[in-house]
Amino acid sequence: MTVLPYLVAGWIFLVGVYGLVTSRNLIHAVGCLAVAQSSTYVLLLAVGYRRGGTAPVFSDVPPDRRVVDPVVQALALTDIVVGATVTALLLALVVQLRKRHGTVDPDALSDLKG
Amino acid sequence: MSPRGRLGLFLAGAAVVAALFTVACLGLPPFGGAHHPYGDRAVRAAVRHHTSNAIASVNFDQRALDTLGEETILFSAVLGAVVLLRQTADERRHTPAPAAVRPPIRRFGLLMLPVALAVGLYVVAHGQLSPGGGFQGGVVVATALHLLYIAADYRALERVRPLRPYEIGEAVGEAAYVITGLAAVLAGSAFLANVLPYGTFATLSSGGTVPLLNAAVGMEVACGVVVLLAQFLDQAVQIEGADGGGSDDDGPRGPGRRERA
Repeated sequence: MTVLPYLVAGWIFLVGVYGLVTSRNLIHAVGCLAVAQSSTYVLLLAVGYRRGGTAPVFSDVPPDRRVVDPVVQALALTDIVVGATVTALLLALVVQLRKRHGTVDPDALSDLKG
Repeated sequence: MSPRGRLGLFLAGAAVVAALFTVACLGLPPFGGAHHPYGDRAVRAAVRHHTSNAIASVNFDQRALDTLGEETILFSAVLGAVVLLRQTADERRHTPAPAAVRPPIRRFGLLMLPVALAVGLYVVAHGQLSPGGGFQGGVVVATALHLLYIAADYRALERVRPLRPYEIGEAVGEAAYVITGLAAVLAGSAFLANVLPYGTFATLSSGGTVPLLNAAVGMEVACGVVVLLAQFLDQAVQIEGADGGGSDDDGPRGPGRRERA
């Protein structure tokens, strides 16, 4: 099953979206979005894996040692940073929503407010 | 749309996505294969620039411009959170009462604070040598300061964390990254090119501009996370609505906000 790691990434994504769709609490929804987003870490690291490879850090291994792909690992770092900032901004929005509308249930937020 | 209808729509969409994704995965190069043309070139470039952490070399040397964008995203997100969570006209600020902390928690927190701080700075400084770097170390440093909130109380945290310098520090970190890039232009090379001597492989001074950019990012991230967390903590601990309500009734706040003796 050489495609299993890729499929795991897709499964994590769908689990996160399922949580988003069925969520009754915006904080829970932000958590679900983070789960859906974390599937990209799994996908990136799966793409970059090389059988028998070690971490691409050459402080204590010779430079010709077989290593996994550093490019996707750098992308995963970018991914994590962006994910954390999006989560922080969304949580700030939820705080304000709770204050203005008194609820964090997305279904109760359908009223228009001048 | 009813919850049931929404779930049905999701399941239909998810089935299509799952099918297409599986087909796409079957067309990908096999997992764990030896063919990584970009990875091989990135490793060679990292070794050529004497940066033993190839990931740091990718982030801060080969695609340093992208990391500038990444840093700017963080900068703008912190700015956005500050704007969103500011104190509005109908809210007032109250001073949290000093709280008693159990002695073991206090001792543990005060013991771990310098250790965590040193670990964070170590991670920033060794970004070019070992896993870590400005982003990771910056978060550790910012988290270390918040041990004071656990070990003492909010007022003690506010004393070591006057927000103004941290806001300036965040901007300085962002500016230092751009200035390092411009310095490369002045030296007659491209923006953010690695123009400094590469140093001896696998030593602290290796990697040219990589440690400098790591330090700039570390400063920006540490200050940014402190400012960001301060906004959320202010909402939970200090700011309350005009009617005494708002975040008051559900936010952990006041002397009973944590389990205390």
